[in-house]
Amino acid sequence: MKKLMSGNAAAGEAAVLAGCTCYFGYPITPQNELTEYMAKRVPESGGVFIQSESEIAAINMVLGASVAGARAMTSSSGPGISLKQEGISYLAADELPAVILNMVRGGPGMGNISPAQSDYLQATRGGGHGDYRTIVLAPSSVQEIANLMPLAFDLAEKYRNPVVVLGDGMLGQMMEPVEFDHIKKPKEVIKDYILTGAKGRPARMVRSLLFDVKELEEHNWKLARKFQRIEQSEVRYETFLLDDAEMAVVAYGTAARIAKGAIARLRQEGLKVGMIRPITLWPFPVKLIHDTAKTIHDFFVFEMSAGQLIEDVKLSLEGKGHVHFYGRPGGVIPTPVDLFRIISRHYYQAQRGKK
Amino acid sequence: MKGYIEIDQERCKGCSFCIEYCPKKAIVLTDKLNLKGYFVAAYPKDKECTGCAICAIMCPEVAIEVYRGGTS
Amino acid sequence: MKKVYSRPKSLKPAHFHYCPGCGHAIVNRLLAEVIDEMSLRDTIICVAPAGCGMLLYNYFDIDCLESAHGRGAAVATGVKRVRPDNLVISYQGDGDLAAIGTAESFHAANRGENITVIFVNNGVYGMTGGQMAPTTILNQVTTTTPAGRISGQAGHPVRMCEVLAVLDGTSYLERVAVHKPAAIMATKKALAKAFQHQMKKTGFSMVEILSPCPTNWKMDPLQACKWVEDVMSEQFPIGVVKEVQC
Repeated sequence: MKKLMSGNAAAGEAAVLAGCTCYFGYPITPQNELTEYMAKRVPESGGVFIQSESEIAAINMVLGASVAGARAMTSSSGPGISLKQEGISYLAADELPAVILNMVRGGPGMGNISPAQSDYLQATRGGGHGDYRTIVLAPSSVQEIANLMPLAFDLAEKYRNPVVVLGDGMLGQMMEPVEFDHIKKPKEVIKDYILTGAKGRPARMVRSLLFDVKELEEHNWKLARKFQRIEQSEVRYETFLLDDAEMAVVAYGTAARIAKGAIARLRQEGLKVGMIRPITLWPFPVKLIHDTAKTIHDFFVFEMSAGQLIEDVKLSLEGKGHVHFYGRPGGVIPTPVDLFRIISRHYYQAQRGKK
Repeated sequence: MKGYIEIDQERCKGCSFCIEYCPKKAIVLTDKLNLKGYFVAAYPKDKECTGCAICAIMCPEVAIEVYRGGTS
Repeated sequence: MKKVYSRPKSLKPAHFHYCPGCGHAIVNRLLAEVIDEMSLRDTIICVAPAGCGMLLYNYFDIDCLESAHGRGAAVATGVKRVRPDNLVISYQGDGDLAAIGTAESFHAANRGENITVIFVNNGVYGMTGGQMAPTTILNQVTTTTPAGRISGQAGHPVRMCEVLAVLDGTSYLERVAVHKPAAIMATKKALAKAFQHQMKKTGFSMVEILSPCPTNWKMDPLQACKWVEDVMSEQFPIGVVKEVQC
C-alpha cells in the first residue's frame, strides 16, 4: 500500500524494515526529519537510537554497533559527512558494514540548506585517508530511496564495507507516494568477524594498525581486490531513450529528474536526446558510457555542482566524444525548462559542428 | 626458606621496581645483558625470600613467578 | 612449595613492547588478573585507543578492537548498546580521553552508558614522543612546552574524574596509581569494583590510573615512581571521587 512520505522518512522506514537496528545521528538540515523519524521508529521496533553529541561520535557509534554485529546507520549532510570521514576510513579498513546517508546541501563550508550535488567527489573518491572506496548509491525519487536503502545494507554486509547513499535536500524533503512491500527482513547470517565475547572460540581482533609494511600492503591489495569485484558485479544504472539518441545526458539523483522533464520537451521538438542515469556512482558505469561512445558522440553532463560527475564521465570516455556541461552549484535548482533551453543550444551547436 | 621466585630474564627490562620494593632486598640488578640489551634482575638463591610476591605485584613485564610455603 | 603467583591466563605469551617501568604494562597485567579472577574472557569486549596502550590487543586473549584516537567512548557505546550483557571497556590515555576525545568521553558519561573506562594518566603524549597532554602539570617540561607548561599559554591540568563527577550519568569514578605495591593493589580492587558496577548497570564507571612514563619524563623508572608519589598525586588526588550504591 502506498503512503505519502518524505524522502527522509522513507529512508528511515525502509532502513528499519530492512533490519537496521541502530541509528546514531546528529541534527543537521536538510535531514533532520530522518533523525526525528528514527527517534520514534527505531526504539518502537526494539532497536537503539542515540542522538549523538556530534557527527564524529555518531560514526564511531556505528563502528561499535557494527563490530558487535548489528545493522547500523547514520545520516548527515555535507559538513557532518566531512566530520565522519575518519570514521568511514576506519570502517573500510576494519572491513565493517555500515550505511551512511548524505542529504547533500550547498557547500563548501557552511554553504546553505538548499539541495546540491557538490559532495560527489567526497563520496566517490572516499573523503577519508588511505586507499579505500565506498559503494555510493544515488536514488532519484522517494520510491527509489525506499528501494536502495535495503540494498545498501545488503551490499554493506556482502562486501563488509561502508556504503554511502547520496541524496540531496530536495529528495529528503519532497513527499511522494511510496510503498515498502518489497522489503524483506534480512536472513540470519553468521558473521565470523564480529566481537561477541570470546566464548567457546579463539579471541578476535578488529584493527587497522599494521606496522609491518608488508602486512599493510597485503591488506591494501586485499581491499583493492574486493573493490575490483564490486566494480565487476555491482554497477547499476538506468538508460532513458538512448537507442536513437544523438546526445546523451548524464545525470543522477534530482538532476536526473529535472533532465527527464527537459528530455520530454526536447523530444517533442524532435531533438534526439536520451539519458544515462548512474544509480551506483561508485562503481561508476564506466563500460556503459565507454560503449555508448561508439554510437553517440555528444554527452551532456548536468549536475547541481560546479563540476564533479563530469570527471568520471570524461575518464570513462577516454577522450572519445565531446562532453558538454551545465552545472549549478550553491543550492540552485534549475527547472526542466531552463535545462531544455540549454541542452537545445548545445544540441544544435553539436549538429552544426558535425556538418 | 619460606619462598623463592623465578625471573624470566628475557622479559626483564631492568626497571628495578622489584629490587626497590622487595622487603628483604633479595633481588639484585646484574651486569648480565639479555637479548633486548637490558641489564637484568636476578634472585640469588641464597637470599632470603618470604614469598610475599611484592616483586610480582610491581613487575611491569609479568616476568616473575612466586613460590611459597614450607622449606625448599 | 606451591606457586602463588604466575602469569595470568588471559595474557598471550608475547613480550610487552612498553618501556621499562611503564605504567601501562602494570595496568595490562592487572586487567588480565581481574579477567582471570572474574572469569570475564567469554564476555569482555575491549576497545583499545590510539596511544601507547593501543597494542594491548596483541597481549590479551579476549575480543578487542581498535578505535580512532579519542573515539573509544563512542565506539564502546555502540558495542554496549548492541550487546548490553557483555562487559565493555574502553582503555584510554590522557590525550585520547581528555583532549581529542573530550566530547565523546563526556557524553558517554552523561548518557550513563554502562561501560567502564580505564584511563591511564601519565601526563604526556607517550606514543608520539612526549608532547604536552591535558593532564601535564604546570611547569612540567615536555617537547611542546620546552620552557615548562605556563597556564596563561597552555592551560591547566585537567582532573577528569572530578569533571565527570558532576554528571548524573556517572556512578563510580576512582583515581588510583601504579607506582608502589599498595597503590597497585588498590588499582586492582578498583578495576574489579568498576566491573561490578557495570554488571549491575549503575551507570558510567571510570578508573583513572596515575602512571609513570620514565621515557618521556626523562627519568629512570624509580625516579618516575617518585614523581607520581610527590608531584602527580598532589595535582590528582588519589581516592574515590564518586560512587553511588552498587
